[in-house]
Amino acid sequence: MVDFLTSTIGLSGWLAWTLAATVSAVLILNVIAGGALVFIWAERKVSARIQDRLGPTRTGGRFGWLQSLADGIKLLAKEDLMPEGADGMLFRLAPYVSFCASFCAFIALPFAFDVVGQRLNVAVFFVVAVLGLEVFGVILAGYASASKWSLFGAMREAAQVVSYEVPLGMCVVVPVMLAGSMDMVTIAEKQAGWFWNWYVFHDPFTFVIFWVYVTCAVASVNRAPFDLAEAESELVAGFHTEYSGLRWSYFFMAEYGSMFLVSAMAAVLFLGGWNGPIPVATLLGFSEGTGDTAPYLIRLLGLANLVGKASLGVIIMMWIRWTLPRLRIDQVMTTCLKYCTPIAAVMFAGAMLWQIGLPGGLIPGAGRPGGEIREGWLEGPGGRAAAPPAADESRDVARVAP
Amino acid sequence: MRGPAFLQQLQEAVPDAVVGDNLTALDPWIEIAAGKVAEVCRWLAKSSPVRFDSLQCITAVDWLEVDPKKAAKASWEPHTELVYHLWSTPAKASLVLKCKLPRWKNDVPGDLPEVPSVTGVWRGADWHEREVYDLSGVWFTGHPDLRRILCPEDWEGYPLRKDYEQPLDYHGIRGR
Amino acid sequence: MANAIEDDPRIIEFDVRTDEMLVNMGPQHPSTHGVLRLVLRTDGEIVSEVEPHIGYLHRCAEKIGENLTHRQWIPYTDRMDYLAAMNMNLGWSLAVEKLMKYEVSEKARHLRVLIAELGRIASHLVGMGAYGLDLGTFSPFLYAFREREKILDLFEEACGARLTYSYITIGGLTADLPPGWLQRCEAFLDQFEPIIQEYHTLLTTNAIFVKRTAGVGVLSRDMAIEYGCSGPVLRGSGVDQDLRRDGEAIYTAMYDGYAFEVAVQKDGHYPRDHEYPAVPAGTVLGDCWHRFFVRMLEVVQSMDLVRQSIDRYSACKGTIGEPLKLAEKMPAGDAYLETECPKGQMGFYLVSDGSAKPWRVRARSSSFSNLAVTPELCRGCLIADVPAVVGSLDIVMGEIDR
Repeated sequence: MVDFLTSTIGLSGWLAWTLAATVSAVLILNVIAGGALVFIWAERKVSARIQDRLGPTRTGGRFGWLQSLADGIKLLAKEDLMPEGADGMLFRLAPYVSFCASFCAFIALPFAFDVVGQRLNVAVFFVVAVLGLEVFGVILAGYASASKWSLFGAMREAAQVVSYEVPLGMCVVVPVMLAGSMDMVTIAEKQAGWFWNWYVFHDPFTFVIFWVYVTCAVASVNRAPFDLAEAESELVAGFHTEYSGLRWSYFFMAEYGSMFLVSAMAAVLFLGGWNGPIPVATLLGFSEGTGDTAPYLIRLLGLANLVGKASLGVIIMMWIRWTLPRLRIDQVMTTCLKYCTPIAAVMFAGAMLWQIGLPGGLIPGAGRPGGEIREGWLEGPGGRAAAPPAADESRDVARVAP
Repeated sequence: MRGPAFLQQLQEAVPDAVVGDNLTALDPWIEIAAGKVAEVCRWLAKSSPVRFDSLQCITAVDWLEVDPKKAAKASWEPHTELVYHLWSTPAKASLVLKCKLPRWKNDVPGDLPEVPSVTGVWRGADWHEREVYDLSGVWFTGHPDLRRILCPEDWEGYPLRKDYEQPLDYHGIRGR
Repeated sequence: MANAIEDDPRIIEFDVRTDEMLVNMGPQHPSTHGVLRLVLRTDGEIVSEVEPHIGYLHRCAEKIGENLTHRQWIPYTDRMDYLAAMNMNLGWSLAVEKLMKYEVSEKARHLRVLIAELGRIASHLVGMGAYGLDLGTFSPFLYAFREREKILDLFEEACGARLTYSYITIGGLTADLPPGWLQRCEAFLDQFEPIIQEYHTLLTTNAIFVKRTAGVGVLSRDMAIEYGCSGPVLRGSGVDQDLRRDGEAIYTAMYDGYAFEVAVQKDGHYPRDHEYPAVPAGTVLGDCWHRFFVRMLEVVQSMDLVRQSIDRYSACKGTIGEPLKLAEKMPAGDAYLETECPKGQMGFYLVSDGSAKPWRVRARSSSFSNLAVTPELCRGCLIADVPAVVGSLDIVMGEIDR
């Protein structure tokens, strides 16, 4: 985009960069906000169906598809309350901190090949680190609310999220190790081809660690059965007890944003990213070089793949939430420290040894050799790989191609 | 165990406690002297041949006829009656203890009649005695924490007494 | 010397001092089952002391009873345990009938059993569903209410009310069943029976549910008896007592000829008249899980009783008889009767001076005694355990405060 702005329109460099960044930021912001609306509606419908109810049926004509928007308008119109003893500035700041953390992490998340706000060579690290910042918003909210229930919620959140970052980090490191890169685009690209190329099916250890990742991801975004910070039967509403109106809805948007983010992360790291289970593009003979529209079609297909996988993840989280009772704080910590962390550590070591011992898979030649890219269009004539290797360090996708 | 034999044992165990009985009533009852309630209950719960290990209910009945015409015809003197309903889990048997108290201690209005608390015998008696104190105005000596339970702490009067008048106003809330 | 103390690393322990915190749980709190207020003294997440404050729903029903005739007080009994109003009606009616030495017709007797046992199922369904809610799972609550709704429909057909029935009254019942009611009741039972397995899957045998309830709030046998606990709370502690079998003659006569096994653990096992899930490892007799499980068994037991009573009721010729007149005079004297209500043993004490208005009425509430034991059960538990314990006692504030 910067190229386009500077060369075709002839803008100066700094202006082009600013414009490009603004466009990306606005797009991502809308993805989160729109996504949250869709997922809140989906949560209502999914929970209703699970519970033998209908859910919203009338708003917007059919299926209540405008319900979230109606809720949003209601929240906008609500009185903005702040407890008397609250620390005003922090109280107002907290929802935005939460939301910003969730939003920033989306910047490095690729939606399809090269469809990414900012391609980073340390994207995995960036996402995990920035997502961890969300806890600050919650702690601020709990502290500033001047309510004991909020404080309990915040302390629980702090203890829980910080603990779960340990096994989560270990789970995330495994695909990084297998791909040899922290760039999410590279990691996803390496899983191209049939679904057995996905890292979740790479070896038994990655299969196990995928489930550890799922557990930790659910815990780190505070969804049931780990939603202790807002446990409504114990802490009234936990850290957001005193919030109302739009501020409250920012917490909600951050929560749904994070849910989508960790699901998308799971898709990219373990489930092939934007590569579908069947390499449709390759089978149809599409490649980066075939015609003008093919690259766009391929990216569109990839986008649909990734969003589909991530949405599936979110729906599974909803399913879990409406089925299981909540754990107790000590049990949550036990699950993390006694089960998730050791299992993740052992699986990490296992995956490492597997890489050393059986780099080609159990049956030599049957699996995909390490480092090879299967999707033809990457290397095809006129494709990206054919272009001279980019100066960008993160373009190691191109470099590993034969 | 038959009623009269049991009553005999009770009289031997706690002398001068039993002041009356009616073993042929719907619910056979024994009347106990007010000062001996705790002693009798301890014996019933801990050493009697039928262990009454559970206190089901304490009731205070206010015997006072407010209407002077009817009061003249009443066959009883005004008094407060405490009724203890006991239950024996092993024997699946119940027992009723009654105990007569003056409506006011020494007939000085405002001084609550006193009776020994049975919280030391059954811990469950705690709330029951608080309720009787709250609603009927009986002071249980030896109760660890005797305060109102159903009415607000600063409520005045004892609602279940027959001569109770509901206050016209409570913290600005109209009563009637 | 002074320096030595300052350098002593143990001094830090004295600098970091934690304070106890007083937290008000209720009277407006999602999981205190009405307007119960619990004052928790907590050290972090650990609760050192719980003090229940009651009386927010106090209406002095006993005083009102002194100014009404025995039948006029029936609607006030409805409002005690409003989740099992039929059983409340029955308790008061039997107490008055005991004083008046009145015996209802055979047909009315079986109809009373039928109605009372249906009421027990409805009450336990609420108790079970709300308990799921206390532990943070929403769906079982709605599953329970879905079935309870059908019972309420049946009640509505029989007496016109859905919550406060005043159906069972002194001298019988206000009306006989409408035609076709028994068939609809049987259809409900046939449809309901397989659904119980759902509840067992979602709650009774759910791993998280067991973790949250096993060994929590253990009420020893002796303490349960000493506090006058009754009903499922008492039986959950292994005391073999059910007034339908062990109560006074006038009450047990109602269940004459009915076959049922008291839901209590005897010789290490629960009744085996039906297929029940096995007691999971980790549970202790008297803990929350056992109290819950006893209720689940009683649902099945009540279904059996309803089936038996349908047969007997339809075998009876004639009518159910007329209830007593509104102001029928009672003989002077007093009578106390306890009945086995869903929440426990509900006792009514009635003193009469020979007129139609009682001189004194007294309601001995089972939830009152059951709640009194909370401070003992919650000492040293976690905050999350407080709703778990209070929920397992299955209290109704209308009955406690009267």
